[in-house]
Amino acid sequence: MRFTINQKTYEADVDVRTSLLDLCREHLGLTGSKKGCDHGQCGACTMLVNGRRINSCLSLAVMHQDDEIVTIEGLGTVEDLHPMQAAFVSHDGYQCGYCTPGQICSAVGMLDEVKKGWPSHVTGDLNEVSLNDAEISERMSGNICRCAAYPNIVDAIREVAGQLGDQAIKPAPRTANEQPAQEKVSA
Amino acid sequence: MTEQAIDTAERPGGLKRAVQGQLGAPLPRIEGPLKVTGTANYAFEDAPANVAYLVVVGAPVGAGTIIAIDATAAEGVPGVLTVIHDDPRMMAGEGNSRAMPSQGSRQIFHVGQPVAAIVADSLAVAREAAALVRVDVDARAGRYDFADAPVDETPAIGFLPSVTKGDLDLAMRDAAVTFDATYSTPAHFPAALEPHATLAWWDGDELTVRTSNQVIGAARGTIATALGIDAAKVRVLAPFVGGGFGGKTGVGAEVVLAAIAAQRLGRPVKVALPRRDTAYLVHHRSETRQRIRIACDHDGHISAIAHEGVAYQNDDSGFLEPIPFGSIPLYSGDTRVFRTALARVDLPPTGAVRAPGEAIGTFAIECAMDELAEQLGIDTIELRRRNEPACDPTSSKPFSTRRLLDCYAEGARRFGWPDRVPDPGTTRDGEWLIGIGMAAALRGNFTVEAAANVRLEPSGRVTVETDMTDIGTGTYTILAQTAGEVLGVTADQVDVRIGDTNYPKSAGSGGSFGAGSACAAVLLACEDVLAELALRMNAAPEELVLRDGCVTAGGREVPLAELARGEPIEGRGKSSPGQQAKRTSQASHGAHFCEVAVNGVTGEVRVRRMLGVFDVGRVLNQKTAANQIIGGMVWGISYALGEAAVVDTRNGRFVNPDFGEYHVAVNADVPQIDVHFIEEIDDAANQVGAKGVGELGISGAGAAVINAIHNATGVRVRDVPATLDTLLAGLPPV
Repeated sequence: MRFTINQKTYEADVDVRTSLLDLCREHLGLTGSKKGCDHGQCGACTMLVNGRRINSCLSLAVMHQDDEIVTIEGLGTVEDLHPMQAAFVSHDGYQCGYCTPGQICSAVGMLDEVKKGWPSHVTGDLNEVSLNDAEISERMSGNICRCAAYPNIVDAIREVAGQLGDQAIKPAPRTANEQPAQEKVSA
Repeated sequence: MTEQAIDTAERPGGLKRAVQGQLGAPLPRIEGPLKVTGTANYAFEDAPANVAYLVVVGAPVGAGTIIAIDATAAEGVPGVLTVIHDDPRMMAGEGNSRAMPSQGSRQIFHVGQPVAAIVADSLAVAREAAALVRVDVDARAGRYDFADAPVDETPAIGFLPSVTKGDLDLAMRDAAVTFDATYSTPAHFPAALEPHATLAWWDGDELTVRTSNQVIGAARGTIATALGIDAAKVRVLAPFVGGGFGGKTGVGAEVVLAAIAAQRLGRPVKVALPRRDTAYLVHHRSETRQRIRIACDHDGHISAIAHEGVAYQNDDSGFLEPIPFGSIPLYSGDTRVFRTALARVDLPPTGAVRAPGEAIGTFAIECAMDELAEQLGIDTIELRRRNEPACDPTSSKPFSTRRLLDCYAEGARRFGWPDRVPDPGTTRDGEWLIGIGMAAALRGNFTVEAAANVRLEPSGRVTVETDMTDIGTGTYTILAQTAGEVLGVTADQVDVRIGDTNYPKSAGSGGSFGAGSACAAVLLACEDVLAELALRMNAAPEELVLRDGCVTAGGREVPLAELARGEPIEGRGKSSPGQQAKRTSQASHGAHFCEVAVNGVTGEVRVRRMLGVFDVGRVLNQKTAANQIIGGMVWGISYALGEAAVVDTRNGRFVNPDFGEYHVAVNADVPQIDVHFIEEIDDAANQVGAKGVGELGISGAGAAVINAIHNATGVRVRDVPATLDTLLAGLPPV
């Protein structure tokens, strides 16, 4: 079988039961994508296939011979980090690092979805899709971080989205004293 | 070698004089670029090409005896290399430095207990063959229901001694006000995202194991014991560990199976537990029942306090959840009872999961305090203030450092805690009911023996070597900061080598003792280097000033690289617990504040904001410490609202052993979280003055959420998680 991953062509002779994730991790030496559950429940294996994020553990390798696949290794290197990778470092958007490649691939794919105007569960007006903290959290909820660095992950993505500058970024109130509007109905 | 037991509360001279400004700084993790590019290699990765795959076969029933194992069909699958099922070294469960499981046993202690292993050329083949192994058993009726299991009130297992001071019944009878309520918590999975994985290979009679493990120094001994070989023949590697949360403190049965298989085949073997198998092969936190009794006067001054619980364990394991651990030093009161009873079950082992005792014990005690405050008509923080002890209320020892009152005050100020909290169920935002809640956090502090080497290289760079692990805790970075601080270089000039038992034995990551213990060892090793540098500068160590890669003394400034004179300068340090741990009562403290919105129609709970103020001694890195605390607070949200491992009491299986059904908090469940520190360096804790961080954040956090739900709705939740059905019936009219 022939695959195009990170703009490089790979030939591999694998069991047809091999998932795209296991193809990369066990046969091609691309171990950046992680296996957390092998059930599509945690998002650690997230890759970009033809620009869209998918759980690569839920997809058989044999189905992707004509696809453009991008893994974490294809986004940037230690010497030349992708802006999203750099933001995860500066905002400490991780702890153990195991979910991180999936989070970063997912975040890159997610920002593209917003750019295309795809709504999410928390989008109020389907004709006006913009990004705020609630949108980021909702759209990133397919990627579990058991260390729970979620607030820092949101910070990192918000920063990168702001750099891209092509969508409205509305951070939610952060300081403790900014209370949401409350109405008291009885004393 | 600079060796020091912590007998006096004194800071090493090198740290007292240090001026580099590294320690505590919010530096990004030094290994961060590896993690974000996928080039940090975890246990299962970067294996040799000829590696074979191992899949574990588990017992099909939870209680009984194995009669026979028929692997004929499995062995016939092309690509299967061997099937292991009759090796006397096979462990029935996890082993650790305190206790070993049964080996080569035919007795079944729980469903999924490892009874065989398939080794094959590929994962797909191994999995296929595993399904073909026939396990014949003589099954018996199992004890799968915690609610019905007989309770041993005076168990012989567990490390936390019971406390009984005074006559509780008498105190309850004589008090003006009494409180008596029972709480429960379900089983919790540690659920680290990296599945437990191991790669094992042999060179002659020497075994190397790369494994996802928190405490590799101890793992080395456990593996050697299991295999019946000398620990010197075992090397354990764990350069990156994808989370642990207590679940990776021991050595799993699959580690020993991989070693046996690699020996049998003469080639490397690796295994990663499938997600659902982690529920059976890895320990979990026991379900608990907890009774809180408090006696006090009308002003809330406590005269008696009791925290009594029940937790479960199977017949092959010796751990007992120390339920009242966090309550023992928390509040005053002359009469005190703290104990944990045991229910024996035929379920997978229970063990240490993030903050054993405190995580779920503080849920009960802190909800109880909130309930008592309401009963008394006193502000919930004020009730805690009135019962803040001057010394440890159980042992009467002085506290090493305790800033709990400051945590309350600072937290209340930052959160905007009102002088009078609105009555429950009275604050609305549209269809949402709004409430606030708080809780105290306490986690005992421990320091354990740890050693490290520090080397000033001829280049002027510094190398740190110790067998510590970094499980997401920031170890790489704080060790670099510690050495850099004392030797006058920035952290990026320090190479940190950890996760290898060839380096000096350290604390490992567990019990929140890793950072303080390991940094203490690094500090002492630096003292060796400083002594040598002083000789070369013809000065006393006290005269040296080390900054930006240079040493200054007596008006002379010399670069470190020049002082090394072409040869490394070696330092070795070892710190161990001493008199201070016996003389003082040590803990990390904090206060959580939380605002929730509960949907008045559906009962859905949203945590709107959460804030905590913490006293953890010296903060070694503001960024990583705050992140770890955030993680703990999210675990509090998670177990308050979702986490519950459910046992099918008919057969001893878990109903929900994966992320699809066992609901850990996801991004959308978590608001922005504010973390602040009140930093008082605790010299009695260890040489670096740091107390534990990793487990403090979860302690009390769930109670703050549950107390906020009560304030929002008027519903008291005593059995977590607070799912919609627990709230709906009690919600006020819309």
